[in-house]
Amino acid sequence: MSRYLLRFTALGYVAFLLLVPVGFVFYRAFGDGLGHAWDAVTTDRAIHALELTLMLTAIAVPANTIVGIILALMLVRTRFRGRGLLNAVVDLPLALSPVVVGLALYLLYGRGGWLGGLAERGVHVLFAFPGMLLATMFVSLPFVVREVVPVLREIGTEQEQAAETLGARPFQVFRRVTFPAIRWAVAYGVVLTTARCIGEFGAVSIVSGRIEGKTETLPIYVQSQYAFDFDTSGAYAASVVLALIAIATVVLLRVFQPKEEVL
Amino acid sequence: MRVICIALLGVALLAGSAAGASRGGSVDLVAYSTPKDAYGKIIASFQKTSAGNGTGFNESYAASGDQARAVAAGLKADIVALALDPDVNMLVGKGLVPKNWAANSHKGIVSDSVVVFVVRDGNPKHIKGWGDLVKPGIQVITPNPFTSGGARWNVMAAYGAQRKAGKTDKQAIAYLKKFFQHVPVQPDSARAALQVFAQGKGDVLITYENEAIYAEKKGVHTEYKTPKSTLLIETPVALTKSGLKKPAAKAFYKFLWSSTAQKAFASQGFRPVVKSVAKSYKFYRPSGLFTINTTKLGLTGWTKVQTRFFHPTNGIVAKIEKSLGH
Amino acid sequence: MVSDRAGGALARGIALGYLSLVVLLPLAALVWSSRSHGLGAFWDQATEPEALSALKLTLALAAICALVNAVAGTAIAWVLVRDRFRGRGLVDSVIDLPFALPTIVAGLTLLALYGPGGPFKVDVAFTRMGVLLALLFVTLPFVVRAVQPVLLELDREMEEAAASLGARSFTVFRRIVFPNLLPAILSGVALAFSRAIGEFGAVVLISGNLPFKTEVSSVYIFQQVESDNGAAAAAVSVLLLAISLAVLLGIGAFRRWRTKYDHA
Repeated sequence: MSRYLLRFTALGYVAFLLLVPVGFVFYRAFGDGLGHAWDAVTTDRAIHALELTLMLTAIAVPANTIVGIILALMLVRTRFRGRGLLNAVVDLPLALSPVVVGLALYLLYGRGGWLGGLAERGVHVLFAFPGMLLATMFVSLPFVVREVVPVLREIGTEQEQAAETLGARPFQVFRRVTFPAIRWAVAYGVVLTTARCIGEFGAVSIVSGRIEGKTETLPIYVQSQYAFDFDTSGAYAASVVLALIAIATVVLLRVFQPKEEVL
Repeated sequence: MRVICIALLGVALLAGSAAGASRGGSVDLVAYSTPKDAYGKIIASFQKTSAGNGTGFNESYAASGDQARAVAAGLKADIVALALDPDVNMLVGKGLVPKNWAANSHKGIVSDSVVVFVVRDGNPKHIKGWGDLVKPGIQVITPNPFTSGGARWNVMAAYGAQRKAGKTDKQAIAYLKKFFQHVPVQPDSARAALQVFAQGKGDVLITYENEAIYAEKKGVHTEYKTPKSTLLIETPVALTKSGLKKPAAKAFYKFLWSSTAQKAFASQGFRPVVKSVAKSYKFYRPSGLFTINTTKLGLTGWTKVQTRFFHPTNGIVAKIEKSLGH
Repeated sequence: MVSDRAGGALARGIALGYLSLVVLLPLAALVWSSRSHGLGAFWDQATEPEALSALKLTLALAAICALVNAVAGTAIAWVLVRDRFRGRGLVDSVIDLPFALPTIVAGLTLLALYGPGGPFKVDVAFTRMGVLLALLFVTLPFVVRAVQPVLLELDREMEEAAASLGARSFTVFRRIVFPNLLPAILSGVALAFSRAIGEFGAVVLISGNLPFKTEVSSVYIFQQVESDNGAAAAAVSVLLLAISLAVLLGIGAFRRWRTKYDHA
């Protein structure tokens, strides 16, 4: 029956392309035993890489969430010239190759760039934390905005207007009317943003300088272990950490999936 | 709430950049891709000395050419340990390394090596000399000469070996073209090339002798052959202008030629340059060994060779690669 | 309105300031750098043989990838919506994995699986097929997630009516379902194409750097940056971006034209 054929083909495609590689990461990491994998992932350098990744994420996610909500409100609730342009700019990070993002930062903050003089004054952006943070913020910017905009459109302004006529101040309106309506969209967007921050590789790789124990994020550490240190088990062990985070992300996405509002 | 978050952001940025600024007693080492284990040992020994006690090190290892460019773009470095002189001289041109960086008794060279062939265990394809590399069906792994220093040593070894066998300059260049026809992939650094070879790609890897020894240490199923005619690899180290301002960096620089450090190099497969140490190690001496300054073979020193062979648009290698692409 | 008051103005200022610092300023530097040596130099660098070859390969592979996704993504969405089987929810969740998994991890494992020394005795490492595989991995969710909601909403009355009039299931699909899905498929394809053009992490390990053979534009740009050829990298980046935007606008316009036509 064609139904079974379709099901078999479609699922086979997913299995071959997705499940087998991800499963293979676990297989390779634990191939020499759990203890070996644990040792590989608890070296000073690996722990630092994880900490750095989490620190970048811990700053970029709240920043992009707050700015994202503000931008979403601007895009949906206000009319101003250049609104279409703002929309395009917000979506831009999704269309850009991460390499191009890294390049742009490199050109701006490197020697000879517009802000290249900062390095001489002791403010190191490239090859240091600030540059990596800027790269992470850039690539993960659009997600909260894109999740919140359609919800804002859908819920309309009636409830907000009602609250205002009842005397509520703008921030109260936001806190008590708008935000509760968008919070699942925000949560979904936050999960996507977090996943993007943790997994970012290309842009951060260019601006980081790959200084061991100082500017290596966990994805950069994976590549470094594989390509430099001949430590394939180290690379796979770190990959498992990232894969586990990815799986947790997928679970959370399911939990926060925008549901039909049942009022 | 917004204000708090923006403030946090600002603090984080400042903290991050402050953390990046140099603290007293920390040395920034920027090196090429292969000597990581060696420097690990040397740094540990240095930290046990009185001059090095309490000194922190920031280390970065990647392809030599890439590292030089990173330093030029602002990567902090007190000591640059690169694969060949031109990469250091590029930094002199940018005003980051003093002109007289090589003015010590070893001309700034901290260790030696030779170009060797790494083959599979048992050498199933019977690769012994440069002529075997261009036999039909043989796949050669060598890194990208525009990013890797090791790749440039490899190319000049190939050229020099042809000249040593009596070929003319033209014929040697024709050999180089055949050589590159047998290269299916050019990883960006010497270490990356070893990784690719270890995965099973290619029949022979051209690399540093110390890298071949490293491969054996790591249990890769390879052996290596030193061709009779091959190039002496001399890898330089330089103090940058910022390194000159740090007593710890200057002390570490001097330490690299101490017998402790030279012995550490030797234990990792690098050939020591200090004669008293080199005497106690039995490194194989190829009968047809030449250097980058062996003029009669057309090897007229790195400055001229770098321009003639490795200029990104007009160099011989660039032209060869272009001609092979179509 | 919330955003009409003074507090709103401050919030807007902060948001726009952040956007400028993080996105606009670096991009301005990029565009500026690509123009800094004049339009002639820009064109020369962007059309350097190696750059051009990389660009052609990138566009070709992205197009094939988008096409495969159009078919596979629709099929997968169909199976997830219209079919019932145990583990359907699990498969549905799994589709999001490429969004969540770091690209370098994907690249590493694809290389290990389908490269030399892998368990399947197949070696596509350092080949175009390998690059295509990596692109298919990272773009899998786009068409699926674009088509799923539309399929869910689809009113099945028309399909049932057509079936009762004797149409075979493929005809039903072709004439009734597919036209309704087309805008969503095109959206997904546009996103997949856009992602495939710029993908780096998943591709860089398996591609092998072979100029004129397996080097895609993102890897070329990366190498140019590492070689300190910022201007050349910028030129190619801007060209890539322009092409990407043109394709996106083209697909968007086609979509709007189709939907207008349908509602006429």
